[in-house]
Amino acid sequence: MIRTLKALPTLLRVGVAETVAYRAEFLVWILTMTQPLIMLGLWTFVAREGPFRGYSSDDFVAYFLANLIVRQLTGNWVAWQLMEDIRLGTMSMRLLRPIHPFFAYAASHAAAIPFRTVVALPLAIILLASSGASSVTNDPAQLAAFVPSLVLAWLLTFCVMFALGSLAFFITQTNSLVDVYFGLFQIFSGYMLPLAIMPAAIATIATWLPFKYTLAVPVEILTKPLAADQIGMLLAQQAAWTAIMLVVAVGVWRLGVRRFEAVGG
Amino acid sequence: MIRARDLTKHFRVHRRPPGFAAAVKSLVHRHYELVKAVDGVTFTIERGERVGFLGPNGAGKTTTLKVLSGLLHPTSGEVDVDGFVPFRRPRELLARITLVMGQKSQLIWDLPPSETYAMNRAIFDVPREQFDRTLKELTELLDLAPLVDKPTRQLSLGERMKCELAAALLHRPTTLFLDEPTIGLDVAMQVAIRDFVRDYNQRHDATVLLTSHYMDDVVALCPRIIVIDQGKLIHDGDLRQLIKTMDPHKRVSFTPTTQVADDELAKLGTLIARDGQRITVRVTERELPGVVGHVLSALHGADLAIEDPPLEDVLRAMFGKSAKPAAEAAP
Repeated sequence: MIRTLKALPTLLRVGVAETVAYRAEFLVWILTMTQPLIMLGLWTFVAREGPFRGYSSDDFVAYFLANLIVRQLTGNWVAWQLMEDIRLGTMSMRLLRPIHPFFAYAASHAAAIPFRTVVALPLAIILLASSGASSVTNDPAQLAAFVPSLVLAWLLTFCVMFALGSLAFFITQTNSLVDVYFGLFQIFSGYMLPLAIMPAAIATIATWLPFKYTLAVPVEILTKPLAADQIGMLLAQQAAWTAIMLVVAVGVWRLGVRRFEAVGG
Repeated sequence: MIRARDLTKHFRVHRRPPGFAAAVKSLVHRHYELVKAVDGVTFTIERGERVGFLGPNGAGKTTTLKVLSGLLHPTSGEVDVDGFVPFRRPRELLARITLVMGQKSQLIWDLPPSETYAMNRAIFDVPREQFDRTLKELTELLDLAPLVDKPTRQLSLGERMKCELAAALLHRPTTLFLDEPTIGLDVAMQVAIRDFVRDYNQRHDATVLLTSHYMDDVVALCPRIIVIDQGKLIHDGDLRQLIKTMDPHKRVSFTPTTQVADDELAKLGTLIARDGQRITVRVTERELPGVVGHVLSALHGADLAIEDPPLEDVLRAMFGKSAKPAAEAAP
């Protein structure tokens, strides 16, 4: 573990170089994550004459801009990378290095965060300068809690995607599984619309699924007045889901790598 | 030291005939076959040996290398490399071995090789001083200076292969698994890589296990060869001994300074080739002194050469096929 941590700065540096090398593709990929802006337009229109289920027009602006910022900073494409590396046999070269691929992939994805911040930062400024600013928390405790919540959301998303990608050891093509995941994510994470305005049953189910903790929790911590014990509970639930998905991701990997056929060559 | 005992690796392979009907049928019913890629192979390789691993396509050579390097879990049997079980991939083992696959690259495609080298230094925890020294040495030996700062995707196959070798050796492994390291390279580059591997083996007392499409690689590098066919080991020993056992003849080539009739050549041995003035006959070892004497005295033969039969011919006879031994197909 100490050796892995020692290697981390170099892995991050190489990850940054890779991100820069694929800059056009990276930019296009970032632009595909702008669905919250469409939802923002739609829901501010719906709420123009009065709050909708407690959400005013300004609340929607704040919610969807925060949503976009969190999604920009926590999204990753490791499931597709794993699938390609397993299907084409290029995973072989990763397995020959004395570092767990979980860390190697995580470092290369973490390296993209500064570039995503370049996109997220102007959005944050727009948020603060816009009508939605009144709906952003100014409670120092909530603002402080947003940071660990964002880190946990990143890690939880990474673990889920790593587990999904590792399923390629068993079924080779996991695209459809990832599609199913994103279908559920749209509904239960609060990506499409705030869980508070969803039917009560969906909001309740969402509490017991991991999706909410990848997006809605940091967004709510940033935009919704919450008591200290509520924040503590949300962070604890996020940490618990992250721990569970970490175990699942490493477990699926361990079982799967035994089946690796190292095709090609 | 590398040890394999009763090593087997089986794959379940989906088979489907071509055509639309077969594609639809495969949705509901799939026909699987068990392929015994490696079937009860046993051998031991001592530290510092250079061993050629030969066999026809699909014989199980690459699969064996992948098991030895920890990429594949064996179906049964025992295998250890320097006392470690490869498929557990302990850090200590990964730091001692390397696998070079001519058809797979570890270099980061869009970045210059120098970035892969820096990453490997960090991952293998190579001390900076040792890294700089090794890289300098490899740069000189492989003439890498003009290449390491160009994006990998813009390198030619030969250039990439040289950079690949450097990436694989920066952590100074003591066991080299080389799978088709010269594939697609021109003759000069093949010779350069061969010389480099021999030099590395001697300098670092490294063990080398090599598969190659080119028999010249094997002849030049490997005093010992292991032959594998249909997953089974069929020969393990000295290269010359294999040739002697399979084809106990010599090839005598010469250029006569007088006219030689075919019936006179037939008395010497089996005529193999008559290329212009150059004549090659196949003779038994027992007849060799007499034939050589006759060629020199009666035929005034010049440029006399006595050689073993080419390894390709020996293996072709061994496998009973016309194709040259080559890298196996996937998996």
